[in-house]
Amino acid sequence: MSDDPSESDPGDDGSGTLGYQQARWTDSDDRYEPLLSEKDTTEVAVGGDDSPLPDDLTRDSLELPALSEPELARHYTRLSQMNYGVESGPFPLGSCTMKYNPKFTEDVAALPDGAVHPDRPDDSVQGTLAVMAGLQDYLGRIGGMDAVTLQPPAGAAGEYAGILIAKAYHEANGEERTEVVVPDSAHGTNFASAALAGYDVVELPSAEDGRVDLDALEAAVGEDTAALMLTNPNTLGLFERDIEEIAEVVHDAGGLLYYDGANLNALLGRARPGDMGFDIMHYNVHKTFATPHGGGGPGAGPVGVKSDLAPYLPSPHVRERAGGSGYERYEPEHSVGKVHGFEGNWLVLIKAYAYIARLGDPGLADASAKAVLNANYLATQVDYEVPFGPFHHEFVASAGEQDAADVAKRMLDYGVHPPTTKWPEIVGEALMTEPTEVESKRTLDQLAAAFDAVAGEDDATLDAAPHETSARRIDQVAAARNPRLSWQALDDGS
Amino acid sequence: MTDNDTRGSPYAPHTEAETATMLDAVGVDSEEALFDIPEAVRFTDELGIEPESERAVRRDIERTLSRNDDLTELLGRGHYDHYVPSLVDHLADRSEFLTSYTQYQPEVAQGFLQALFEYQSMLVEFTGLDVANCSMYDAATALGEAATLAQRVRSVSGDRVLVPAHLAAGRRAVLENYADGAGVTVEAYPMDDGAVDTDALEGSMGEDVAMVYAETPTVRGVIEESLSAVGDLAAAQDALFCLGSDPVALALLEEPASVGADVVIGDASTLGLGRSYGMGLGMFATHEDYLRQVPGRLVGAGEDESGRRAYTLTLQTREQHIRKERATSNICTNQAWVALRTAIHAAWLGPDGLVELAEDCVRYPQDLAARLDEIEGVQAPVHDRHHFREFLARTDQPATAVAADLRDRGYAVHDVGEHLLQVCVTERTTAAVDGLVDAVAEVAP
Repeated sequence: MSDDPSESDPGDDGSGTLGYQQARWTDSDDRYEPLLSEKDTTEVAVGGDDSPLPDDLTRDSLELPALSEPELARHYTRLSQMNYGVESGPFPLGSCTMKYNPKFTEDVAALPDGAVHPDRPDDSVQGTLAVMAGLQDYLGRIGGMDAVTLQPPAGAAGEYAGILIAKAYHEANGEERTEVVVPDSAHGTNFASAALAGYDVVELPSAEDGRVDLDALEAAVGEDTAALMLTNPNTLGLFERDIEEIAEVVHDAGGLLYYDGANLNALLGRARPGDMGFDIMHYNVHKTFATPHGGGGPGAGPVGVKSDLAPYLPSPHVRERAGGSGYERYEPEHSVGKVHGFEGNWLVLIKAYAYIARLGDPGLADASAKAVLNANYLATQVDYEVPFGPFHHEFVASAGEQDAADVAKRMLDYGVHPPTTKWPEIVGEALMTEPTEVESKRTLDQLAAAFDAVAGEDDATLDAAPHETSARRIDQVAAARNPRLSWQALDDGS
Repeated sequence: MTDNDTRGSPYAPHTEAETATMLDAVGVDSEEALFDIPEAVRFTDELGIEPESERAVRRDIERTLSRNDDLTELLGRGHYDHYVPSLVDHLADRSEFLTSYTQYQPEVAQGFLQALFEYQSMLVEFTGLDVANCSMYDAATALGEAATLAQRVRSVSGDRVLVPAHLAAGRRAVLENYADGAGVTVEAYPMDDGAVDTDALEGSMGEDVAMVYAETPTVRGVIEESLSAVGDLAAAQDALFCLGSDPVALALLEEPASVGADVVIGDASTLGLGRSYGMGLGMFATHEDYLRQVPGRLVGAGEDESGRRAYTLTLQTREQHIRKERATSNICTNQAWVALRTAIHAAWLGPDGLVELAEDCVRYPQDLAARLDEIEGVQAPVHDRHHFREFLARTDQPATAVAADLRDRGYAVHDVGEHLLQVCVTERTTAAVDGLVDAVAEVAP
């Protein structure tokens, strides 16, 4: 693309915002696309003379929609049209790293040779184990870790596995540590994962500059501290410059340093948690390594550890056999056991492997460079104040006098997905924005135009938004007050 | 630019001119200047990962995976292979579904929310319970979550969870971890000919039991016949009764609510996913009474500004992003896309198709067990019970040797004990049954 402003650019209509109308299928004044159950409900009797089971072991009947394939194809196509994804437009949802998901990785995941059962003997699944060992190796290099398990099926599951590893390590050393320290700006999962592992959570207040307060850390850490969980760059996009001192404080107290990999996209090839003093980390492969978010998942949350913690990894772990004759699964000596019934989300892991293999060193480094450049460029183009910096792959703007949630609703009308809102709380009316490397200057300009258009609008306009989405503003409070969670729970005619 | 930055990410659209313009706007002269990383922790080495073309990566992975032996798998024990109709791939792969995320902005995500609402509704029909969430990771983690729910529910006290002695090792191991964090211990109760030994279970019961877990079918494929008795035993001590199953089995077997189940967990990806090296979809359903203790995401129906019914994530104050360490679970990213696939598959089958598939899951193992039983050196099924998809066979020869010989002939079966094999058969493998029977006849005597 040239810099010639005369070049055709439909976004340059003065405001620079995208025009947008999401599909809106309606079937009456009461509803949009009808439910499957509103298209058909058929009750079939179960059991009886032709049944292979006696009637006392079967249910009486089953009542579900009975629709033809063309009807279903149309139903789900309409639903897809009433849904916004990364391929629809900009998706700067902070902390979620909504990258483009390369198409070829879907084809790789669909290879029939990879569709095997996990209970097959090692000798008969050497291909699968080789891919897993390869991904373990890639992730180890990227994170500066000595051993990596692929078992955790999501980032939070990785946090949980990592904290179990810390717990097992301390117990093996004869120590009963009861606390995990988590900064107040951390992802909610950090607190919840530590609690799930049975720890008391100590919340660490941030310093005025948005980073870890070393004095507060010294006060919080002690002989009860099992671990400090930290994201770096943190949720404000700021690098924890004192990371070496932080590591020292934690290690001097006998605790371990845990790295939440949610923000790893900022650092690829430029800094590694393992080099900063972190002992344990998880990787969010659906963020950093471009596997699709799937409307909420599946993701995968591999965990990397330093060599002294490798004996505690979940079971089974994959390694190259002595002598290099292929791969094997084994139970690490002091394994924490399992965090998934089998070996994790294979179909996600293989996509991450393909992505890393495609990009290699230069591609990974460039992904981070462009992610950080995009966040910084976008921040210069929006009118909202960004109180903390220098930030990396994401920034947190403040909607100021406006309500951040309303800002988000109005942004939808400009054809973009809004940022994460009202979090982290250290910024009032937060708009946590992570454009990722996949946006061009042009789409960033359109995104900025959306921010700025909304920044210039009054509260009444914001309150009334959105207009261009499939559904208008939804009353979530009323929905929670009167929970209707299935078609069976709907009143007639609703 | 770093020295090794000879080629960038193929998925970053920047031209050099655009990059220069953007750097200029920011007021720096290089991308490196944007990184606020202290010198001491900068990584200046190389990761050592060579970039490759898309074509080369595909070829390499195809070549690597081709090292997997081409075996006909008669394997189950918690991970099953049912035929997934083409419709599922084609619709679920629509990028508006695949590349979206958690529906924090429901107005622009009605499609996925409705699909998840429909998925929840299907589970409500399968289980007879009031509430189903829109996914856990897999059956094992759903079981772990059930144990923590039992520990949280105020009407239940106690710190023991009772599980069947025949339980997949992986499922048990995950449960042990969740239970440990919640201060709960896990104990096994004995089986009688592959099913719950209700007398023994009664003996194990007490006021300190928080949850009793049973499965139908069991990990050995046995259809439980005393579920109501288990439900009664649990209810008598105010313990939760958690039942493990899956949507295919539940299309045919007793409705969990009718036998007193308080929580139903299991692998819902028996519909929609197929063989995927153990990846799954955790099903989780329970009573309305425990609604505010449910882990994971829930989609509810509400109304929008125009007065139309619309869907939204609801009761989010249970969740980690609001409740932090007091959340009902740490789960955030879940298996939503698999739930979409499961719903499409279930809808494609319809009630008739589901019941037919489930009945085949009873007939196929029955027929195969009868044929294997005729072979010298084989007795099948080991348990004199009804089976679903799979069953145990006893071999006179050591099972390990028989399984290895079968592998040489192209068949994978479970080797589960000294003289015990386990064989699973679904509509995906019925065509291989004749060959398997011939192979067993060659190697078993």
